Formats: sequence, structure tokens, C-alpha cells
Amino acid sequence: MTDDRKPMIECRGVHKHYGDYHALRGIDLTIRAGEFFSLLGPSGCGKTTLLRTIAGFEDISEGAILIDEKRMDEVPANKRPTNMVFQSYAIFPHLTVAQNVAFGLRRDPRGKAEKSALVDETLALVGLRGFGNRAAHALSGGQRQRVALARALILKPKVLLLDEPLSALDRKMREQMQVELIKLQRQVGITFVLVTHDQEEALVMSDRIAVMFEGEIAQLDGPEALYARPANRRVADFIGVMNFLPARIVAEQGGGATVEVPGLGMVDLPARQISRANPDDGGPTIGFRPETMTLLGAGATHSQPRETNATIDEVVYYGDMTYYDLRLDGAAAMDGKARPVRISMRNVFGRDVQEVGTRTRLAWSPGSLVLFR
Amino acid sequence: MAKGGLDAQARQGYALIAPPFLYAALVLAAPLLTILAYSFLTDGYLEVVREFTWANYVQVWTDPIVRTVMLRSLMVSALVTLVTVALAFPVAYYVSFLVRPQKKATWLFLITIPFWTSYLIRVFLWKVILGYNGVVNSSLTGLGIIDEPLTFILYNVNSIVITLAHAYAPFAILPIFVALEKIDRSLLEAGRDLGESRAMTFWRVTLPLAMPGVLAAVLIVFIPTIGDYVTPELIGGGKIPMIANLIQVQMLALDNRPLGSALAVTTMAIVAVVSIVFLLINRRFLKVRS
Amino acid sequence: MKGQGRGLQAYALLYLLFLYAPIILLPLFAFNSGTIIAFPLQGFTTDWFSQMWANATLRTALANSLLIAVSAAVLATCLGIFAARASTRFEFPGKGGMMGFILLPMVLPEIIVAMSLLVVLLGAGVQLSILTVILGHVLICMPYAIAILSTAFSSLDKSLEEAAYDLGETRWSAFRLVTLPLVMPGIISSLLISFTISLDEFIIAFFLAGNQPTLPTYIFSQLRFPKQIPMIMALGTVLVALSIVLLALGEYFRRRGNARMGGNPTRGFL
Repeated sequence: MTDDRKPMIECRGVHKHYGDYHALRGIDLTIRAGEFFSLLGPSGCGKTTLLRTIAGFEDISEGAILIDEKRMDEVPANKRPTNMVFQSYAIFPHLTVAQNVAFGLRRDPRGKAEKSALVDETLALVGLRGFGNRAAHALSGGQRQRVALARALILKPKVLLLDEPLSALDRKMREQMQVELIKLQRQVGITFVLVTHDQEEALVMSDRIAVMFEGEIAQLDGPEALYARPANRRVADFIGVMNFLPARIVAEQGGGATVEVPGLGMVDLPARQISRANPDDGGPTIGFRPETMTLLGAGATHSQPRETNATIDEVVYYGDMTYYDLRLDGAAAMDGKARPVRISMRNVFGRDVQEVGTRTRLAWSPGSLVLFR
Repeated sequence: MAKGGLDAQARQGYALIAPPFLYAALVLAAPLLTILAYSFLTDGYLEVVREFTWANYVQVWTDPIVRTVMLRSLMVSALVTLVTVALAFPVAYYVSFLVRPQKKATWLFLITIPFWTSYLIRVFLWKVILGYNGVVNSSLTGLGIIDEPLTFILYNVNSIVITLAHAYAPFAILPIFVALEKIDRSLLEAGRDLGESRAMTFWRVTLPLAMPGVLAAVLIVFIPTIGDYVTPELIGGGKIPMIANLIQVQMLALDNRPLGSALAVTTMAIVAVVSIVFLLINRRFLKVRS
Repeated sequence: MKGQGRGLQAYALLYLLFLYAPIILLPLFAFNSGTIIAFPLQGFTTDWFSQMWANATLRTALANSLLIAVSAAVLATCLGIFAARASTRFEFPGKGGMMGFILLPMVLPEIIVAMSLLVVLLGAGVQLSILTVILGHVLICMPYAIAILSTAFSSLDKSLEEAAYDLGETRWSAFRLVTLPLVMPGIISSLLISFTISLDEFIIAFFLAGNQPTLPTYIFSQLRFPKQIPMIMALGTVLVALSIVLLALGEYFRRRGNARMGGNPTRGFL
């Protein structure tokens, strides 16, 4: 959907070594102009290193980085068309809010009045109208975040780099800022590159997400594709909750396959539901998300094509949701191991929470399964 | 892009540390190496003869006067260290555990002030305080508590110990305070919760955790005191020289630089050995903790 | 709990009395008209202060000491800034060892520093003077300067400088516009502490000054003459007052620096 836009950042075979430590292992990546792009992964996966190499704070050991179709090899951070919002916000504590925002304009030839108007305008953009004369060290976390944004955006960079910008905020504030950041990005049209370890944050905000493990990109996709069809078990496990069951491949035709899954029976899967980028996980595995299966109350009807009998082992009540751990009939048939399966049900009006030990039926569709092989 | 050998960080680090490091190399390392070299050379009249010899060290280790002074220095330093640290611990404990957080900085400030005032004058005033007609004796006789002035605090090892314990007080309090501050207060509550008495909690939880600080205090007091020159000179009236005075006499008054150097090197070696022993003990404590 | 607290508090106060005993006695004798330093006090006089003021050697010693202390403080702080920045901001092989070596004078018996330096200077035929004292004082002040400056530098968020660089400043202007103003309290505090250490330092001055007097060496030479001692008490009073003022200033700047960085007040001592 975004392929017609011109590339803004290109990483070509980027490697980064710190002594013996291989932090980035061949990153190939194109981020398009105006995209809200996220680098997602656990701590130590290299996402922040990648962001800092794009910003120019770290040299790369091998490969090339292009910004706006120009090679950045010899361009230092202070000359790159990128600006950064730091995890700690890095608000200069000895300056006022306005002085912080105007910091990057020091070498700008424009007049004082013009600059001051620009500062006011930018503060208004981030919702801090009238805060210019406040002392920076007296601001709240959310306000610091906004000052950091204003300070970077005032220079009209081609790319805004955000290093875990919301991790220091409490949950309410974080959710509010997520929405504001999306709106802000649409308003200014600048390419945003966000680093985060929070999968929910990445799914909510991004046009596309690169999931990174150990210095490599494991999958690069839009949020929906990433969630529905993770490239391998590791990605699936990192993003949301996924159930895994061992599977036996009975037949293959075209790109698709027929598999036997203990507890679920025989399933035909088309090519698009099969992930092949999974060499080292040991044996074919079926994965599905907790919310894709429906737990049926006695006598309830449903629209899903398949049904399986199960016993409820555990019930975890979350208010809006209930999680059930189930034992599928016949799930232990393959190797004798019982594999509990987690199902989530929204607690809508009229649906009772079921009790531990209840025999129940589970409705599902082969379309929600993914085969990792 | 790959830069041979060092990365940019390391090169900047070296560039920055170079000036102070070179300064220390020039003004500290070069002289120390020189006296190390001197200590193996032969003393001629008013000059140093370039002939290798062990004689200086033999003399340092066999001469009864040197041995007496060396042992006295070690004993005085050990005593000073013991007294200073023992006196300091309750103060550090008080400031860390019983003083309100806002007042801690003020207490530390009060403790450090005397340290920064003229060392010579402080030492001299102890002589005044402890002397034959000094403050202590004249007050005590004036009050009729004693008839004759006390002599055990007079111009002897005891007075040196008191004076040095005073001089190095903040050196002992600060490291212990730091160690005590690092103790997670909930550990002490846990100790109490698990049924230990207050004294046993102190013995089994607080003290072991404070041990690295205590050992640091021991080192930090012991090392400078063994090289103290002023106190024996002023308080001891020059009658009970310590190793520093002996080094000075050999180096300057007798102009026997090789022997003086051998003394200095031996002193440093002893200090180093003591330090290493304490650092090893400290490591054991740290290992138990982690 | 209360009982234990009271006992410890009483002990701590007694300990403070022990620490301050010489300082409390100093002005008593400085204003005492008796020529012998002993109780009971005779009467009030300011003669010793006027005698001190009129003493020409003392004035030379003071001028020398001030020159040495200012030079040593400035040089030690400059070198300290380099070392503190290197140790808090950069990682490189051998850093621990190099820093340990620079900090070594803090734990080395001063007599050994003084003697070895003296031997080398005499061997090299260098004329002993105020300059040679400065040389030694910079060496022993530097570790203290580094200790103070390192806490100032390490309480600084590394991102601040990166942010300035990212916003278009050069490395140097980022340092000048962001880091320097933020560590300024630490720098002032380092200058004051180094000045105080140098002003009070005796052993190096005693052996390396040649025939130039400094305040401590002058005091030491006069302590042998009983009739000079009341004047030395007056001098001591002035010096102690000066030290306390300088330390209070240093402490003020240190706390202000911490407050600005949002740190807590006990930091920096440690």
C-alpha cells in the first residue's frame, strides 16, 4: 500500500561489531517517506543500535545507510537530516522550555522574532502552548516528552527517530501519547522511526514493523500480517499469545499441506497459512491465537466449521476477558504429553464464566491456524 | 568504515586521559622508579655510586634501629587504624540509620570540616590539649580529680594515636557510611521478621554487609598513617621517630639516598602487601554477598 | 529503639566534640593575652593578630601559598576534567588501571611522594622553588579533583550531549553549551577543594620549596619558638575561618549542582 512512496531510509547489509560482539548482522531495510515505522524486539536485539547508526551516533562496521537517497557514511550526526527523541528525553535542565525547543535554531540565520514565533507554533503543535517560560526541570514526564518532540520537529527533519519514547510514562499517559503521536505524524508528514520493546505499542502505532532478534530482522510486515501470520514461532511468541501444538504432515499438494494435529484432527492448510522460515524449531508445529477459538456454552450454536471436545483446567478472570486453559480430547495422543491450550473469551452480556473441570466444546476454523515447518 | 584496531570511543578516551596520565607518569611514576633504582645502588660520600648491591635491603632488614622504627610504625598505624575505625563505626551507623535523610548531608559536612583545617595547627593543638600543663591535665587538676598531671597521654605513642585518630576520622566514617547506606532496609526488617533479636540482626545482617566499608576504612586510614611525618615530629617531640622520619633523615640529613630509597621501597612494599591482604578479604566478603 | 537512638546520638555528639576540640580552642588562645598556651585564660587581646599582620616573612609565605594554591587548583581541576570525562564517558582497554594510577597519590604515603620527587629534582639539577611545590601539589590535588568531577560528570545524562549534537551543534559546542554549564558547580567545588588542600599541604612544601616559605612551613618553623605561638594561634584562627568559608561555598555549589540535576543531597560525598 505504501510501495509507491520513495525510499527515505535504506540500510544495505549493515553490520555492527563491538569488539567480539556482533550487534547487527546484515540488516537490509527500506523505510519509505512518510511511513510510521517501528523496530520491535526484546532488549539486546540491536534495535536501538540500528536506530543510533541511522542517527549517526554509531559508525557501522560494514554495509551502507542511505537517507533520502544519499549515502551517510561520512555524514556525522549533526549534519544528518534526522532528529531524535531520546528515551530519557534529554531535556537540557539548565534551560527553559522555549530555550530547549529553540536549541537547534542557534545556527539558523532567521531573525529573533521569526524564531520565537516558530517556537510558539511548535509548542502549540505538541500541546504545550504557553509553556515557553517554564523551567525544564520542573516538567512532568508527559510534558518532557512533548518538549523533546517539539525540539526535534522544529528543525523539520526528514526523519524523526524515537528511542522508546513512551517507556517512562504510566499506562494511561502512554496510551494517550500513542494516539497523539499518530495524529502528529499524519499532521507533519515526517517519516517516524520508533524503537520499542512493547509489541502492543508497535501494533497500535505503526504502518510497518520490523521484528528483530539477535541483530537480525526476523520479520518485516504490517501489523495485521505480523499478528495473523508470524514468520516463525519466535515472532509469534513475542507478539501476543500463541498456542503451539505439534503436527504431522500427512500430504502436500501445491504449496498447501494436509496435517494431523492431536486434539484437532485432520486439517487442510493453503500455502498462505504455512511459514517455512523456521528451520531450527524442531518438527512441524501448528499455532493459533487464543481469541480465534470459541468456547461454547451448553446448547450454544456458532458459525465456525469445526468442533472439538475439551475439559477446562484453569480459569483466569480479567474483567473484560476470561482466559481458559483447556485440555483437548486426544491432544496427548501423539507423544503422551498433555499440552494445555489457552483460549480467551470476551465477557459479553449474557455469557457466563465457566467453571474449572467443566466438559465443554470448542469451535474453531482451519483458517485461523498457522503451520510452522 | 571499519577502523583498524581501536574504535572511535577508545581513541577519544585515550586522547582525554592522556594529559592527566602523562602528568602522573612524569611526576609520580618516574620518581618512584628512580628511587626503586637508587635502592639497588651503592652509597658514596655525597653521591650515588652506580654499582648494583643488595646491601641497602640487607641493612633495612637487619639493622636493629630500622627494625625498631619499622615495627613501631606498623604498630602505631595498626593501633591508630583500630581506634579510628572502632570510634568511627557507631558515628557512621548513627548518621546512616538514625539521622533523618534531609539532615545526613549536614552531618557529613560537619564531620569533614575539621579535616580541611590546618593539619599542623590541629596536631599542635593536640599537644596543647594533652601536654603536661595542657587542657586535660590542668582541667583535671583544677577540678581536684587528679593531683599529679597524667603522663600516659604525654609525648608518647598514646598521644600520637589520639592525634592521628582525630586526623583521619572522616576517612574512616565516610566509607563505612557509604556501605551502610547501601544496605537495603527491608533486609533488616526481614531479619527481625524471621525472629532475630535486634542485636542478632545487627550481628548477622548489618555487620557483614557493612564489612566492605569497614575494610575500605581500615585501608584508607592505615596507608597514610604509616607514612605520617608531622605527628611524630611535633607530638612525639622527635623522640619517637616513625618510618617517615627515618626516610627523611637518611635521604637528607645523612644524605644516604640508596638506603633512604630502600626504606621507602620497603615501606611501599609493606603497604602494598597489607592492602592486597585486605582487598582479598574484601573480595571474599563481596563473593559471599553475590 | 528510643534508648538505643539516644545513646548513639550522645556518642555522635561527643565524637563531634572530639573532632572540633582543637578548632574550638584555637580562637580562645588567639584572643588570650597570656603568652603561654595553657588554661586558665588571662584576658582578651587582639595583639597577636596585629603582630601577625606586621610580620613580613608571614606575608611572603602567604603570597607564596596563595600563588601555589591557585595554580595547583586550576591545573589539577583542568587535568581532572580530562580524566573525569574520560572515565565517565568512554570505555577503553586499560581504563581501570590508568585511572587507578592517576588516583594513586590519594593512598600513597605523602612522604614517599615528596622524597622521590625531591630525589629526582635534585638529581636533574632543578632549582627548588614555588614551581616545584606546584608540581607536587597538582599531583596530590588531582585525585580529589577527579573524585569530585567524576560525580558531577556521571550524574549527567549522556543523551544530553548527544541531543545537542543531534540538533546540529559540533562536539565541542555541545560540550560548551550543555555539559560545561551543568558540571560548573562541580568544577567550582573542585577548585575550592584543591585550593584548600594545597593551602594546607605541609610535607611536599617543606621538602620541595627550597628556601621559599609557605604558610604551613612557616607555621612549622615557628612552632619551635614558644613566644611565637600565640601569633600562630591567631594565624590558625584566620586560616580555619577561611577554610570553613571556602568549604561552605564548595558545599553550596555542590548541592546546587545536584539540585539542578534533580539528584539527592547526599550524593557526591561518596
